[in-house]
Amino acid sequence: MAVVHSAPKFASNEGVLDTLCESLSVWLDGAREEHGEIILTAKRDEIANVLKILRDDHGYQQLMEIAGADYPDRSERFEVVYMLLSLTKNHRIMVKCSTDENTPVPTVTTLWPNAGWLEREVFDLYGVTFAGNPDLRRILTDYGFEGHPFRKDFPMTGYTELRYSEDEKRVVYEPVELAQDMRTFDFLSPWEGSDYVLPGDEKADGPPQVDKPKVTEKPADTGAGPKAEENAAEGTDAVPPDMIEVDIEEDE
Amino acid sequence: MGVQIEESPTTEGDVIQNYTINFGPQHPAAHGVLRMVMELDGEVIERVDPHVGLLHRGTEKLIETKTYLQALPYFDRLDYCSPLAQEYSYVLAIEKLLNIEVPERAQYLRVLFAELTRICNHMLNIGAHVMDVGAMTPNLWVFEIREDCLNFFERASGARMHSAWYRPGGVHQDVPEKLLVDIGNWIDTRLPELFGDAMSLVTDNRIFKQRNVDIAVVSRDDAVAWGFSGPMIRAAGIPWDLRKSQPYDVYDRMEFDIPVGTNSDCYDRFMVRVNEVCESAKIIKQCLRDMPSGPVASTDGKVSPPKRGEMKQSMESLIHHFKLYTEGFHVPEGEVYVATESPKGEFGVYLVSDGTNKPYRCKIRPTAFSHLQAMDMMSKGHMLPDATAILGAIDVVFGECDR
Repeated sequence: MAVVHSAPKFASNEGVLDTLCESLSVWLDGAREEHGEIILTAKRDEIANVLKILRDDHGYQQLMEIAGADYPDRSERFEVVYMLLSLTKNHRIMVKCSTDENTPVPTVTTLWPNAGWLEREVFDLYGVTFAGNPDLRRILTDYGFEGHPFRKDFPMTGYTELRYSEDEKRVVYEPVELAQDMRTFDFLSPWEGSDYVLPGDEKADGPPQVDKPKVTEKPADTGAGPKAEENAAEGTDAVPPDMIEVDIEEDE
Repeated sequence: MGVQIEESPTTEGDVIQNYTINFGPQHPAAHGVLRMVMELDGEVIERVDPHVGLLHRGTEKLIETKTYLQALPYFDRLDYCSPLAQEYSYVLAIEKLLNIEVPERAQYLRVLFAELTRICNHMLNIGAHVMDVGAMTPNLWVFEIREDCLNFFERASGARMHSAWYRPGGVHQDVPEKLLVDIGNWIDTRLPELFGDAMSLVTDNRIFKQRNVDIAVVSRDDAVAWGFSGPMIRAAGIPWDLRKSQPYDVYDRMEFDIPVGTNSDCYDRFMVRVNEVCESAKIIKQCLRDMPSGPVASTDGKVSPPKRGEMKQSMESLIHHFKLYTEGFHVPEGEVYVATESPKGEFGVYLVSDGTNKPYRCKIRPTAFSHLQAMDMMSKGHMLPDATAILGAIDVVFGECDR
């Protein structure tokens, strides 16, 4: 597909993927190029080696960012993504590895001093631990915060709120109390996109939920017949709702 | 009558211990809510442990629950000194995933206003930095320029600070012709005069130099290893500017120079910014000269909304309008990392899309995070008052650092 967007243009990706795969293939689980980005998936235990080789042999001198991401459906739910920048080649790549709540990722603070805070941030927000990071404290959340707020199963509103208490003359923490429900609007069109079942649609799959399925093979099954016709001929006194006349009493 | 000399409080045999102080969270020179736990040996800084996150609002999490368009204004509120520069990375990231073409006029407008934002941001930083080291007047003078910039933003978008004016596919509205004329006049007359006056007080000022020269010298290798970007890496003598090396929009048509430092100290960082203001002015002039007329937003009706007049007349436009403002547009599955040269350095957005109308994950790469992390390395061995100069030269804003 021809590139028509005007996002930053760095050096061409041509041949980069092959070169990198060749030198790193044993440590990689996958490599792809999508939307103009080269993304390498490294084996978790080898991530530090991979990044070291990329830095020393391939000229990716700067670690710009470490991003966490949570995919709860996967067996290893967290992804840790390293954004590398080469000042000499004017090129960017992403390297990622996956992990779960309990398995630590090898630290890269030995390679880049600024990895310290970046790893702390991923730990704070996702609970991914980094083996070898000498200072893995929380960084963005409050002192004494519990939980890892950017996980997909962490509620948007959090669990605690704080306010200044006039009685105690200090800030107090309390469980969150919402005056109205958290407003999340789902505007996804049900014809495209949404993958959940609309209310009522679940009945469409599988056999009907009754002992005897209703069939109309014989006239008797339809519910009509001489008796029903008799009733119909008799008529009814009931008046359709929109025909009811209402007496409005007027004040004299 | 003999004079009695007071005995020295430190007597022999006593060990003087380092003591620890809190710099912040409420400190006028902390540029926001920064708490730095400092270990001092007398007045010399031994160790600094910056505690950030006091302004953490969970922007990235909030973005996950909003459509792409609804999430845009959050970017104004990150670095509130250079709002449009943050929006820039975000809209470019979306455009990269969508692969849509942006009309030329919109590209010029975005570059023009990004540079105006740079001037606006540098005015605040230059003023604040100067004030941190003891000068009052220049700050008041450069704020006049900043005020002019904010008025321009207001005339373009209706808001002085939180413009929310960039859109995936272009900008929200075209600017009045008179605004472009006024910006041109301002660049030619008011800016050089006001800025020149203010800087004539500072750049060769003896006190200012005493406070900044040779403070927090960072070697080239350190600057690279610590992930420096923007004026911080340029002050270290590395001519690295994303506008030049990885041009976006029409930056590749602009002629401008990259100012670099030689000593990599606080004074160099300051001077890099001062010179960048002049370079920005050059770019703005070129934008005004070359800007074509035409549409200011993508003509793809699935991404950018129709004009109001069209919406009243055409059924298709009405449907597009309704769909865009309820459901929003869908972005193809994938992940991109897009970084632009914000006034403070590399501002990046790592955007993961799962193909729906909301970002699955939007990681923001703040510029201040890596710089602030080097605070310990930079201020070791300096005096306590130097800490304010170092902080001022980093140009840190906590809305962005803490997100």
